[in-house]
Amino acid sequence: MIDLNLVIEVLIIIFKVVFVTMVLFSLPMPLTWIERKVAGHMQARLGPWRVGPHGLLQPLADTIKLLLKEDIVPENADKFLFKLAPIISMVPAFAVFVAIPVGDSFKIPFIEKTFTLYISDMNVGILYVLAIGGLSIYGIILGGWASNSKYSLLGGLRSAAQMISYEVALSFAAIGVVMMTNSLSLVDMVRAQDGGFWHWNILYLPVGPVWFAVFFIAALAEINRVPFDLPEDEGTLAAGYHTEYSGMRFSFFMLTEYVAMVTASALAVVMFFGGWNAPIDFRTIEILTPITSVSWIYSCFGLFWFTVKVSFFIYLFMWIRFTLPRYRYDQLMTVGWKILIPICLGAILVTGFMRI
Amino acid sequence: MMEQVFFYIFSIIAVISAISVISARSAVRSAFYLIITLMQVAAIFILLRSPFLAAVQVFIYVGAVMVLFLFAVMVLDIGREKLVAYMHHQSVIAVPAVIVFFIMGAYMIIRGGWNVSNAGFPEAALAKSSEVIGKEMFGRYLFPFEVVSLVLLIALIGAVALVLRGREKDKQC
Amino acid sequence: MTNLLNINYYAVAPELVLIGFAFLVLILDLLLKGRDKAVLGYVTAFGLLVSIPVSYFTNEPVSFSGMVAADSFSAFFNIVFCVAAFLTTLISMDYMKKAKADRGEYYYITLFAVIGMMLMASANDFVNLYAGLELMALSFYVLVAFKINDNKSVEGALKYFVLGALSSGILLYGISFLYGYAGSTNFAEIARAASAGSSQNMFLILGVCLTVAGFAFKVALFPFHLWSPDAYEGAPTPVTALLSVGSKAAAFAVFLRFFAGSLAVLQPHWAMLIWVFSAATMLYGSVVGVSQKNIVRMLAYSSIAHAGIILIGLLVTNDKGSSGVLYYLLVYAFMNIGAFSVITLFVRNNGKGANICDYKGLASKRPWLAFFMALFMVSLAGIPPTGGFTAKFFILASAVNSRYYLLAGIAVVSTVISLFFYAKVIFYMYMKEADDASVFTASPGAALYNVVIVISAVATVLIGIFPSVFMDMAVQAVKPLLM
Repeated sequence: MIDLNLVIEVLIIIFKVVFVTMVLFSLPMPLTWIERKVAGHMQARLGPWRVGPHGLLQPLADTIKLLLKEDIVPENADKFLFKLAPIISMVPAFAVFVAIPVGDSFKIPFIEKTFTLYISDMNVGILYVLAIGGLSIYGIILGGWASNSKYSLLGGLRSAAQMISYEVALSFAAIGVVMMTNSLSLVDMVRAQDGGFWHWNILYLPVGPVWFAVFFIAALAEINRVPFDLPEDEGTLAAGYHTEYSGMRFSFFMLTEYVAMVTASALAVVMFFGGWNAPIDFRTIEILTPITSVSWIYSCFGLFWFTVKVSFFIYLFMWIRFTLPRYRYDQLMTVGWKILIPICLGAILVTGFMRI
Repeated sequence: MMEQVFFYIFSIIAVISAISVISARSAVRSAFYLIITLMQVAAIFILLRSPFLAAVQVFIYVGAVMVLFLFAVMVLDIGREKLVAYMHHQSVIAVPAVIVFFIMGAYMIIRGGWNVSNAGFPEAALAKSSEVIGKEMFGRYLFPFEVVSLVLLIALIGAVALVLRGREKDKQC
Repeated sequence: MTNLLNINYYAVAPELVLIGFAFLVLILDLLLKGRDKAVLGYVTAFGLLVSIPVSYFTNEPVSFSGMVAADSFSAFFNIVFCVAAFLTTLISMDYMKKAKADRGEYYYITLFAVIGMMLMASANDFVNLYAGLELMALSFYVLVAFKINDNKSVEGALKYFVLGALSSGILLYGISFLYGYAGSTNFAEIARAASAGSSQNMFLILGVCLTVAGFAFKVALFPFHLWSPDAYEGAPTPVTALLSVGSKAAAFAVFLRFFAGSLAVLQPHWAMLIWVFSAATMLYGSVVGVSQKNIVRMLAYSSIAHAGIILIGLLVTNDKGSSGVLYYLLVYAFMNIGAFSVITLFVRNNGKGANICDYKGLASKRPWLAFFMALFMVSLAGIPPTGGFTAKFFILASAVNSRYYLLAGIAVVSTVISLFFYAKVIFYMYMKEADDASVFTASPGAALYNVVIVISAVATVLIGIFPSVFMDMAVQAVKPLLM
């Protein structure tokens, strides 16, 4: 006897996983276009223009090019690890999204089943995200090592050192948020920030902004974005860890990078900017009650706000990329160990006192 | 039933990759297999209904310790041959000894009986496993928990003390 | 909740005092510059001195939800640790300067090592015990490697570290089986389970075997001794003195509390294991010690042999045997540190004095020093009227009382064999002429060494002449265990 409810549950989960994966796979296409457009406009030029209207088809052309390119494996490379590295890098980046809530749960009309806009509400959500997100680094390290090229190796090394240094600060920021919201679950974190923007963790004065600053800087370093993109510093390391990669495997690394950026943005939103919560609690406004009381409509609202906030952060990452210069390696270490970590320790003390 | 299947999958992979760790010729490969082993252990923790331990296992061992390890390996450039050179004729004695120990251990573990109840925690407590762990840590195990902070301090100081002395030596040369 | 936590600061007062001093030294080390740093050693020594009366008066019920048992037993051991660390700190101040390794870290790491030992002695739970053990072990790894420019020091530390980490793993494995058997890591709970349940439980057997292996490493019992000669030889000599006395005493404290205390009901079952360890260790230590040319290595093997003899006292689970162990450890602390101080006095200048033949003709040049060295050797060998004799006597008497005739016989044989290498030192000092007498000329900075040597010598003789005073103390100390 097959339990129909169980089948539906499993089907829903499969549907959600497939859907999220598809979205994440296709996201880099618009994102590359936007990034180049942003770069272009910031530098007073047009950006992609030729392929399609406003260069809209440029990402498609790039994708086709990457897929059709010859796949080169260097002769003295450790072939097994070389081929595995991009996949090691990519899989965790996708797996992180299992825990990220994009909206609240709602009742599906007519069949009376609760549908959650997150795949899993695990009670160690934040730990899971940090732990799995940290695994992507192995793709970079192992890829850099397996390429058997000095540029790649140095890229991998830098990445390892950077990762270790900033993982500490990132985890501290997570601890800060956990202290502010009393939960390790990301869904509970968002729920704790319910009811207007003044409830968001970023406005948990005075420590909220500090935690956010720490988180943001550490996240920048963690996902290897400017100004901390030393592992792929084109000035000194050719292309860093992916110097020897081409074609499909290269595109995997690119994909990882964009997905990581989305992850970081989503995390920032969930941890500090109220997740799917609207800036003003519309449920309290009486005129809108007929609309907001329908749970699926309200959830769609949540999805909308979440998307808007995440988009803003993605734009912020791009903005930073084209405005700030790159840090020197020793400066990077100084910032990580001597500035961020003491700040974190102080902030933990203050947060602790505030939560008593 | 399903759980047992998964348990055997995870543990077989863990054992195979653990054997690969010591038989792999290059240190980076060894580290890679070790990562796989640790991940399998984390998976087994999940089967044991302890997502917190699983996450911490991945976070600390895989996410931090192994990255440092790889960093050190890549900086030191441990060659392929050097590791093999450590295999002495002692293994003639060591391998049978290990096998005997293993068989004895396995026999005793199979014959032994738990006095701890197998029922485990109620589902409600499991749903809040991190809370339960936190309460135990700051309740019953408060004192050792504080002692561990001293252990960490001494590890930190010790590492710095030894490395700084090493650097002084370089200056003198 | 507060009731459940059962926080009792008095129970951990000696540890707290030492932690306070450790942090004081740490901060002073940061603030003081250059020559002022000489004060660090004195502050450390003072801290250890303060901790002795505090330890003496600490006698509290089991606290911290069953984690800490600060009874007269742990007080006795705490005093032994503090005295040992105090004496070694005094001799290390000058030695470290000569070895070009005098850094403030040395002193507070020593303090942390002592804190770790104290935690082990008062641990009533495997979790707490393991934390203390790691604190002690980590401190010693660093201390052994402290002469980082010396390859031998690094080699010794590395061997100690790798094997130590392995033994910690084995110990943890054993603890996990004991937890599986008893459902708790608390000694009292395990004792309850042991007296109630079947003694043939495989998990209990496996757990006991593995924990014994883990501790045997710390004590350097025969098959687990491989690290000790190398670590002893490589380490700065004062550290060797502390390592051989302190870490051994701490491990025996745990041995006693767990085996003679909690698992006393199962004595017939684990006795065989300890019996074999004891006999093998005594014979191995004394036989291999004979062929040593380096005096520190010789003392390392001698300390292995001593550990074997002390183990007999553990085997005899009554107040005589257990108090014999305590008495022995007290005497051993003084005589061993005394011997190491004499060695340190010679080694510090140019490394000469590491071999037994370097002591040729010491008696004619420095009669007092030779006399004290001879006294320590005599005591280590177990000849009256020194403390070494009475200590051996008590242990062997308790063994004979409990009908371990064969083991007592082996102990006597081992003592006779080891007499050979102790006598060799005396023979070289008194019967031979020095090749180069200039080695023995007194050099400045020896005052503290002399103080330590005299204290140790007086204590060794005093304990030997008035054994009853100290034996009573030891009997008092083991009372809470045997209840």
